[in-house]
Amino acid sequence: MRAFQILIDGFAISALYALGATGFTLIFGVSGVLNLSHGAIMVAAAVAAWAAASVLNVGTYAGALIGVGVALLTAFATYFAVVKPIQDSRRIPNEEKEIFVLTGTLLWGIMIQELIAYFFTNNAKTVLPIVEGVVEILGVRTPKNEIFTAIVCCLVIALLWLLVNRTRTGKAVLAASMNPRGVTLLGLELTNIYIVVWGIYGILAGIAGVLLGMFLGVSSYSVGPLTASAFSIVVLGGLGSVSGSLIAAFVVGYLETLTAYLVSPAYRTIPALLLLVFVMYIRPQGLLGRR
Amino acid sequence: MKKRLSVALRMALGTAAAGVLMTSGAALAADPIRIGVIAEAQAIAGASIPQAAQLAADEINAKGGVDGRKIEIVGYDNHSSSADSVRAFQRAVNEDKVNVVIASYISEVVLALEPWASRLKTPFVTPGAASNEISKSVHADYEKNKYTFHGYLTSAALALSVCDGAKDLLVDKMHMKTAVIMSEDAAWTKPLDVGYEECLPKIGLKVLDHIRFSPDTTDFTPIFNKIEGAKPDVIITGISHVGVQPTVQWKNQQVPIPMFGISSQATNETFGKDTNQAAEGVLYQGVSGPGVAVTPKSVPFAENFKKKFGNYPSYAGYTAYDEVYYIADAVKRAGSTDADKLVAALETTDWEGTIGRVQFYGKDDPFTHSIKYGKGLITGLMLQWQDGKQSAVWPKDIAKVDIKFPSFIKLSN
Repeated sequence: MRAFQILIDGFAISALYALGATGFTLIFGVSGVLNLSHGAIMVAAAVAAWAAASVLNVGTYAGALIGVGVALLTAFATYFAVVKPIQDSRRIPNEEKEIFVLTGTLLWGIMIQELIAYFFTNNAKTVLPIVEGVVEILGVRTPKNEIFTAIVCCLVIALLWLLVNRTRTGKAVLAASMNPRGVTLLGLELTNIYIVVWGIYGILAGIAGVLLGMFLGVSSYSVGPLTASAFSIVVLGGLGSVSGSLIAAFVVGYLETLTAYLVSPAYRTIPALLLLVFVMYIRPQGLLGRR
Repeated sequence: MKKRLSVALRMALGTAAAGVLMTSGAALAADPIRIGVIAEAQAIAGASIPQAAQLAADEINAKGGVDGRKIEIVGYDNHSSSADSVRAFQRAVNEDKVNVVIASYISEVVLALEPWASRLKTPFVTPGAASNEISKSVHADYEKNKYTFHGYLTSAALALSVCDGAKDLLVDKMHMKTAVIMSEDAAWTKPLDVGYEECLPKIGLKVLDHIRFSPDTTDFTPIFNKIEGAKPDVIITGISHVGVQPTVQWKNQQVPIPMFGISSQATNETFGKDTNQAAEGVLYQGVSGPGVAVTPKSVPFAENFKKKFGNYPSYAGYTAYDEVYYIADAVKRAGSTDADKLVAALETTDWEGTIGRVQFYGKDDPFTHSIKYGKGLITGLMLQWQDGKQSAVWPKDIAKVDIKFPSFIKLSN
């Protein structure tokens, strides 16, 4: 009974982690950007979905769509207002741009977090679930919304796989992640590829944010921990490797769930972080890293 | 005749001039009474503190102030941080020259400010923190810490209030026998849990398990799972930093056990919306509530607050409002804003506010300078979220409705 409980709860949380981390690693793979405003974009999506559905009463589906839309806009804003100006700047030496992007996105994330706290307070918000009620699976009372979350996450990741491997745009994105120079030589505009990737990222982060808002709820305090968990999953899986991140998301998700059930909910995140340190020692490039 | 008239004229002019001089002299003497308000402007519970204080000040000023002196509120946002609060306190006293400080609903913040009230010799009242340590420190070193007043119930009193309510509602009426305590790990819950462990068995609720969790917990599934495993009749809560998330997950997972106890966020009117009405059926302890006439002042205050700010005040709003009034009363009785005279006057406070009759425990009580708990003073009440509203269910004399639960709650008796 308890084993099933862990299996089911762990799967939902892991799928959610996977979705959140996929966009994060995709951007790093293609444009070398570590976006530290990731958590803020997810929270913005969830809070927007909550505000639309509960304050403006637009309904659950429209609310969720608005949430994803807000994440998409915020992702583009991040790219055009923060990342691109740094990448294009001639005054910042090339070797320092990475650290500038890190600092820039971190500050941007804090700005979004403070804005959310200012307008919506720092109390947690929860998005109205699209499906309500519970079902019994293997004797475990499971909220339907948890199953819905897991299914949507898997579907979106599958769609992403199709997009990257089966479409022309996707192949260009893949190529850019392997060899940006080569892509430019083939006559593709790198900036356009970046815009596509930021768009995909915005949608992924938005869906992850809204689902998280339905599943567990978020507040402006969640910004830091969400960025940190995506970051550690991506580092564990290997920076830039989408499949590595997927595996790492499930490793972290299940490790946390096991700890919460078998040891104590208070120590939930500790073993995953210890594992991260351990992997960094023996395999610095992460599970499926390329370097 | 002409001469006499001019004398009269001169006299009249002279009197008028003297009158002008005297009034301007009085205006000079009537410096405002400055109250610094340090609060968590971004948290719902904290946001009501400066608003309620301002409302009280406006009302007092509209009636002419205190002996002609106006009350001026100087507000500071502490971002829920102890460090920011200490800086705000120093600034309030050293630069903005406030006479008294009202600050924070977070025990950790108040405990950080307490030594500063002593060092800067500035009377300081908290409207919402609960830790026993606040008033215990005053008792332990009275001469040093006498500047701090605990304007809200201590955790020990809160536990008593919950147990008193649980005895009538859960044990006597619903014949419940067992409980699991679920509380967040914070300064205020340590004494609360001690209080719970002591008083629950006395009223006939056996404590089967006691779960303390980190305030940054987001997934409560394992916690509810563990609680369900123990099969208690009720979950006794001690939560304040968290509130929305456990409540929503309790409903989404349809945990069949009622929640009863302290749930500070549930005292906010916005809690229903924040949880998408998952709060339905949650039972929480409060000192006041919308539409609950604890005293004749409670309802008018709540309604005026809502008219002005658009929502009902949080629990700390009620206490902050009362505090401005009894500080004004103490200044009047002391005839001065001198810190030591003000402390002496505050100690003899006997003020009927919005949450009951406010008096402070004396020097010899272990909870020196904390507000007194008990019948005829402040007892607190139990409220329940019903049909999207907060309704009083205990004590009997002010209860408006009976307890009812959402359909997923399965009462074992």
